[in-house]
Amino acid sequence: MSAQLESLPLRKQPGREGRNAGMALDLDWIAGLQVNRSAVERRTATLVKRRTVKKAWQAAWLLKAVSCIDLTTLAGDDTPGRVRRLCAKARQPVRRAVLEALGAGDVSLTVGAVCVYHTMVETAVAALAGSGIPVAAVSTGFPAGLSPFDLRLREIEASVHAGAREIDIVITRGHVLTGDWPALYDEVRAFREACGPAHMKTILGTGDLGTLRNVARASVVCMMAGADFIKTSTGKESVNATLPISLVMTRMIRDYQTRSGHRIGFKPAGGISTAKDALAYLILMKEELGRDWLEPTLFRFGASSLLTDIERQLDHHTTGRYAAVYRQPMA
Amino acid sequence: MSIVEILDTMDYGPAPEARDHADAWLAAHADGFGLFVGGAWRPAKSAERFETRDPATGTTLATLAQAGKADVDAAVRAARAAQGGWAALGGHGRARHLYALARLVQKNSRLLATLETLDNGKPIRETRDIDIPLVARHFYHHAGWAQLMDSEFPDQRSLGVVGQVIPWNFPLLMLAWKVAPALAAGNTVVLKPAEYTSLTALLFAELAQEAGLPPGVLNIITGDGRSGEMLVAHTGIDKVAFTGSTEVGRRIRAATAGQGKKLSLELGGKSPFIVFDDADMDSAVEGLVDAIWFNQGQVCCAGSRLLTHEGVADRLYVKVRERMARLRVGNPMDKSVDIGAIVHPDQLRRIETLVAQGVDEGAKLWQPQLDMPKSGCFYPPTLLTEVTPSATVAQEEVFGPVLVAMTFRTPDEAVALANNSRYGLAASIWTENINLALDIAPKLKAGVVWVNSTNQFDAACGFGGYRESGFGREGGREGMYEYMTPAAQPKRRTAPARGGRKTATAPKNIPAVDRTAKLYIGGRQVRADGGYSLPVTAVGGTSLGSVGEGNRKDIRDAVEAARKAQAWSGATAHARAQVLYYVAENLSARTAEFRDRIRAMTGATPKAAGREVDAAVSRLFTYAAWADKFDGAVHAPPLRGVTLAMNEPLGIVGMACPDAHPLLAFVSLVAPAIAVGNRVVVIPSPRHPLSATDFYQVLDTSDVPGGVVNVVTGARDALMQTLAEHDEVDAVWYAGPAANAAAANAAAVEHASAGDIKQTWIIDSDGCDWLDPACGEGRAFLRHATQVKNIWIPYGE
Repeated sequence: MSAQLESLPLRKQPGREGRNAGMALDLDWIAGLQVNRSAVERRTATLVKRRTVKKAWQAAWLLKAVSCIDLTTLAGDDTPGRVRRLCAKARQPVRRAVLEALGAGDVSLTVGAVCVYHTMVETAVAALAGSGIPVAAVSTGFPAGLSPFDLRLREIEASVHAGAREIDIVITRGHVLTGDWPALYDEVRAFREACGPAHMKTILGTGDLGTLRNVARASVVCMMAGADFIKTSTGKESVNATLPISLVMTRMIRDYQTRSGHRIGFKPAGGISTAKDALAYLILMKEELGRDWLEPTLFRFGASSLLTDIERQLDHHTTGRYAAVYRQPMA
Repeated sequence: MSIVEILDTMDYGPAPEARDHADAWLAAHADGFGLFVGGAWRPAKSAERFETRDPATGTTLATLAQAGKADVDAAVRAARAAQGGWAALGGHGRARHLYALARLVQKNSRLLATLETLDNGKPIRETRDIDIPLVARHFYHHAGWAQLMDSEFPDQRSLGVVGQVIPWNFPLLMLAWKVAPALAAGNTVVLKPAEYTSLTALLFAELAQEAGLPPGVLNIITGDGRSGEMLVAHTGIDKVAFTGSTEVGRRIRAATAGQGKKLSLELGGKSPFIVFDDADMDSAVEGLVDAIWFNQGQVCCAGSRLLTHEGVADRLYVKVRERMARLRVGNPMDKSVDIGAIVHPDQLRRIETLVAQGVDEGAKLWQPQLDMPKSGCFYPPTLLTEVTPSATVAQEEVFGPVLVAMTFRTPDEAVALANNSRYGLAASIWTENINLALDIAPKLKAGVVWVNSTNQFDAACGFGGYRESGFGREGGREGMYEYMTPAAQPKRRTAPARGGRKTATAPKNIPAVDRTAKLYIGGRQVRADGGYSLPVTAVGGTSLGSVGEGNRKDIRDAVEAARKAQAWSGATAHARAQVLYYVAENLSARTAEFRDRIRAMTGATPKAAGREVDAAVSRLFTYAAWADKFDGAVHAPPLRGVTLAMNEPLGIVGMACPDAHPLLAFVSLVAPAIAVGNRVVVIPSPRHPLSATDFYQVLDTSDVPGGVVNVVTGARDALMQTLAEHDEVDAVWYAGPAANAAAANAAAVEHASAGDIKQTWIIDSDGCDWLDPACGEGRAFLRHATQVKNIWIPYGE
């Protein structure tokens, strides 16, 4: 483990290039984490009232949101045909005419990644060939993460082998609920090693964790163990991404950067379906973490229906007419 | 800027609030505004006018009338004429009117918000999301109190005409805080908004007109401080309510002294923001944004003194600076702006001067590099670290976006630093340890305490200060009392035990007493400092002995003894009750002695004197009973959490007793005060002091700790003056006759109290039959003996 860091540097270090090297499990840090739920909720309630983007700025921010989408299909009825359709949409998420009307015809706009189950990785990789769009695979017994540990490691390796450049792993929520931080750390550390060159997004399953304090603790342990991204949810829990949960996770990212110098990405997933929601998350990122977190390198939305609503808003921006869903090309 | 460029910068871009409705309203009043008097608009008698400006741009928004003497007279007359009918309308009728006002505020919310931002300079985000919704909430809440007044306050009635003067920092919200409870209780109002920010009050007057509020119920006059002075000094009003600076509050206290007006003052502050080492630091930083970078820091309860545990201070400061760097200063009409314009160039200069002084005195200045507007009245968010308590910026209210930071080592030191201020308005406590939070909250000298939150306001919760932050509460049940008075007309009776009665004879069996009763200070009998004594004579002129002639130094010593007895304030209510019962028991055992003393001094009949002793015993029982029953309340503001309204003792109360009922009046004043945990310095009746000096022997035998009750005999009014001028004394009660020369003494007491804005209570002893429990005991005494602290505790894991 390379990053044995000096204790508590007070000044934020410049972002280190490259991936998160992780750090030794620091149980004192975990024990000292404090999260005041009412104060967190107050911040998120007012945050979206403190900032807004209008007109050209809104259009640009929505284009940015598109570039940060992990366009996702994670359903039992997924087929190669469905996945190929999704990939086509990923290459051309916004109609050319709309882009040109916005004066952004020259922008090569794609989504951030396409996110599928392992069995669809090869199909997606082929469909996205030449686009530069990475394929992300949900792995490790998604969504519950309770399949045999060895199988979970093999699943990661298989997906990477099949061409996935990003792996979205799920943690064992039981480790968080029982406070077994060494077990969580070792698990995530092992997943990270199995990922090899693929970037690892760590899904906390925040809806299962019970408290914001647990969300904070799990976030920090996963980053110590080498997560490149921390991600809220599988989309399958009863509560998925929320602004308060996201605020807690972004604050942990900030503290981790202060201590380690590494910049960790953030991915809210599940339940983000409107352009307005997307703007709220972008504002949260800019306010809490800064401009750099408004790029797909450090920020992704896990979403399936969000893109359609954004397209409608962009359409409205160019025509002044409210747009119909059926007029937006399907994924 | 092109979309491609924005994709690179990811700036927010401009997001201006539309102002066309506000402009149209201003254009319709391009000829200038009149005064709203008696339900109609009328020009000011004098031709004097002044302009109100947009502080963000300096442009003139409107021309306003300067109300003069004749205008104030007319407004007070109109209010007086309307008051009887308004009160007679009944609670339900008034509730309907207040409800209509609440609805009108909501229906016109965006116009009110934009107009407020234009006139005041605060961000539209605040007027839209905070000020105006709270205004509506205040009228709804008080429509409820109007409806419930008869059932919830059966022994109270309206005061009459209320004069109100409000500041410029929350123009319409302060109007709501003043007008809603006043009207709910059946009063009529003459209100003067601040001269910088009168527009929303004028628009509100139009709305009231539209709502059919009866003419004269609400009168709005505009003008500068001269108009305000005329209003508060006007003899035609029954109450003055003021929010503003401590300096002006002091002048109002002095100007109204002796006028018999009820007074509430909500003044300045230097509120501590305490961060313990186990706080959620990021949330505490966000709390600071709401505390000191809210409304440009122009908030009386702004958390302007950051007190951080030394071990985490540097870490917190780093986070604070990072957060400050993301604040946006600029056009307040922009929806994405955090800090708008300072209200007036004069205020901006004051901020600049104080910050410069802070740096001169050793503070380390930090301001983020922000895009500041090139013109207009703006000041950047500012952090001053390495500030010491002795620095000017740690003591003085800056009233700007300036945070001063200090560190502490222990919770006790945090409390000491927090309370090291002449103010006492609000405080914030940040810790995840409930034991710590609930230990610290009662120790802070502040009318409002926010746990893990800050600048929370709600109509259901009382707001107001301790110390020089003023007195009186706004909001909640406690706020309603400020606009009511006991309904029962005091029964005017000739007190049966007054001296000089022709039939009075001294009891024969009293031997001539040849001794001097000493003063009673700190639980000990002490000789008067001056070495003089005063004779005490019976009705017929017979000598009954003498008492020490207390002077300034004796008052000083008595107050010092009272200060040291602060453990009494921390004793359990049960313990205080036990002591009071014990006092009653011991007094009862000495009934004959006290009865004879009363007879000897006053010439009362044996029966009358016996009745007085019995009443005194009963009164002690009453307050022993109350000691553990004068509960606070749990308010229900709209949040997940509780607001505890705790009745806290004032601290040290100085009190002057009347001549009537020398024992009973003494007990009637002392018992409620000590029952709730105050310590008292009492000046007995100069004419009949011996019941009080005898009484300290009862205290001595009843486990009353030394210093809780101190008795200084002597020239009542001079001693009272010293008490009123003593900064360690938190309140003074003067129970003397109101209708004669002593009224001047009452006035002198009120005047002297202005020095540190202490609470005063002038009791018309002639109008009170002390024997009648309806007048001589009860909740009114307990309310005067306490101040309400509202502790906000949001919760949730």
